[in-house]
Amino acid sequence: MKEELLKRTVKGPDGVEFEVEPLRDYYCEAAPTVMPGAYIKIVEDLFNWARAESLWILGFGTGCGAIEMRPLMTPRFDAYRYGIQWRPTPRQANLLVISGYLSVKTLKRAIRAYEQMQNPKYVVGLGSCTINGGMYWDSYNTIKRLDQYLPVDLYITGCMPRPEALLAGFDDLKNLIRAGQAEGANQYAENFDWYKANQKQVIHDWDMPDYNW
Amino acid sequence: MQFDWMKIPYALLTLFIVVNFGMILTALVAKIAARVGRRRGIRIWQNYADLFKNYGLRSSITHGAMFYLGPVFRLTGGIGLLLFVPTIYGSYVFSNLSFAGDLILALYFIFFGTLGMALGAAESGHPHAAIGVSRGLSQVTTAELPLALAVFSVALQYHTLSVTAIVAAQQGGIEHWTLFTNPFAVAAAMLAFLGSMMRPPFDVVSAPQEIPIGPPTEYHSSYLAMMQTNRAIFPIAKIVVYMNLFFGGAASWPVFCLKVFLIYMVSVFIGVVFPRFRVEQSIRWFLIWALPLGVLAIVLV
Amino acid sequence: MMRELHERLKCLFPLGELTEQRRGPPNELAFVSLPGAYLRPALLHLRDLEGFTHLVLLTAVDWLEEGQFQLTYLLSNRTQARDIGLRVFLPRDGATMASIHDLWPTAATYQRELREMFGIDFPDSPGVNDDFILEGWIDMPPYRRDFDTKRFAAENFSQRPGRTTTDPEQHMKAKLYPGEN
Repeated sequence: MKEELLKRTVKGPDGVEFEVEPLRDYYCEAAPTVMPGAYIKIVEDLFNWARAESLWILGFGTGCGAIEMRPLMTPRFDAYRYGIQWRPTPRQANLLVISGYLSVKTLKRAIRAYEQMQNPKYVVGLGSCTINGGMYWDSYNTIKRLDQYLPVDLYITGCMPRPEALLAGFDDLKNLIRAGQAEGANQYAENFDWYKANQKQVIHDWDMPDYNW
Repeated sequence: MQFDWMKIPYALLTLFIVVNFGMILTALVAKIAARVGRRRGIRIWQNYADLFKNYGLRSSITHGAMFYLGPVFRLTGGIGLLLFVPTIYGSYVFSNLSFAGDLILALYFIFFGTLGMALGAAESGHPHAAIGVSRGLSQVTTAELPLALAVFSVALQYHTLSVTAIVAAQQGGIEHWTLFTNPFAVAAAMLAFLGSMMRPPFDVVSAPQEIPIGPPTEYHSSYLAMMQTNRAIFPIAKIVVYMNLFFGGAASWPVFCLKVFLIYMVSVFIGVVFPRFRVEQSIRWFLIWALPLGVLAIVLV
Repeated sequence: MMRELHERLKCLFPLGELTEQRRGPPNELAFVSLPGAYLRPALLHLRDLEGFTHLVLLTAVDWLEEGQFQLTYLLSNRTQARDIGLRVFLPRDGATMASIHDLWPTAATYQRELREMFGIDFPDSPGVNDDFILEGWIDMPPYRRDFDTKRFAAENFSQRPGRTTTDPEQHMKAKLYPGEN
């Protein structure tokens, strides 16, 4: 663990000594809980419709696949007309697209970004690298199966999938959400220990709390 | 003084109409701007889906009391501005809670939301939020100066602080509008208008590309939904003030819709043509171009 | 041109044979090896007197069979459009080399990478022991040729079952010339 993350005593500019424990100061450690949908079915259906029609993607390109997401924003493919837009902060996004191979170092950041998103949230694995490692199947620092570490709602195959394939994939995701089957956040909360064990198996320098907010 | 209780439901009716009008109008404007960029643009009901989605998120986290109050203040600014200014001239139902000194209150409410946002965003502790807020406050302050001068000039011109009286004085033909009787005030106010509409060239505050979205960085789910609601109300409310002060007000809903749309389009036209200013550039621009016009308006009246 | 330079340098340093990869002018590229002790004066000479002002890259090759690491310092002379690569061989066990971060500050980054990926130490290079790309690495430096990346991947990462691989040669043979096996 890095030195600045250790618990220590600090002397402030006014001479008062106080204790700092960065891991506890910066993060909330409460584990996620399963959050049921609205009790009345028609309300939940309305919300599911709204969630499907308003997919806000976290602008976080983890690998080379991110290059195929850029044309979606520009006039050629213009995903915004389907209600798909990119948000720069995980707080406001509800869809995390793992775009291509995910190295162990990036996995750590992806987990943190995912945990900062608000329930309900969805994960789409893009490209064959997220499915079985793709061309990096024997690489020493990329994970081979994304669904071991994050609850994946949908995979889009290809190396790389073209923007048209992404649009078709997002369409499928919309159908899943509308049918109420995209409950990845609750799966994550239910199998929290299993996911954490898998994550810690590959991330050897785990220097963050088990759950970040 | 007798308070007419029926005014409250009527004012809420106005609010309801304006919220929906604002949601559709902002979507329409986004569509127009997208067409300029050769995109198809969002669907006209997209704002409703976004709003429902954000209200429907199951979890949310907080950073403290001020974090809660930020969006509340912001929404209060929008609703307050709308409620204390007559929407439709001469209509009892849609005159809202206007009173003799409402002009000063309106000026106050325009600034209120930004201040509330500053407090809330600062509480979130995110550095991007702090950058966004400092940019936003400095830009809004300089944009507010010419507006305040223009409003004072108009108040001096008509010898009243009541919006209703100012609208009444502009009736009887287009040549009675402040636009023609006090052109310098209107020019100064319209330049200030550009600065507060969050469109280019003055949208660096929320700058989605450079600093991740500025003040609302940490806001999500219901907090963000409240701010989205305000984003539908606030431009309309502000345009209502402008319409009443400078463009003869509106005597019916069709005229209201047309005038609001046209005034909104002024900022859209300029926004799609010009690239973005940095904050220090926009401050300089307001002080050099808009402020002298405001001073001139005061002097000439 | 490169040969002239080689002749001139040979009077000063114990250089090896010149390997010309691209003859010019322009766009000449040549490699020459020399003992590690002479590297620093040679780099200074090339930089200050011969106009090779740009360190293009610093990289390593693992000669596992010979038990040696080869360090390649590639320098560029912008005005004459010439590149020269200096090769230095070190023993593979406990490989250590003198740092050149004071000649080109960018070298510190290369040396940090070589430290992490090959395990070659550069004492006194700033931040040379910090993590560069890998975080929390637990095995031997992964660019060493005796590191078995396939076995490491199989042991550390859970693989999705059902993956098949085809030998490209056999596959293309079966596809292009069916019935010839």
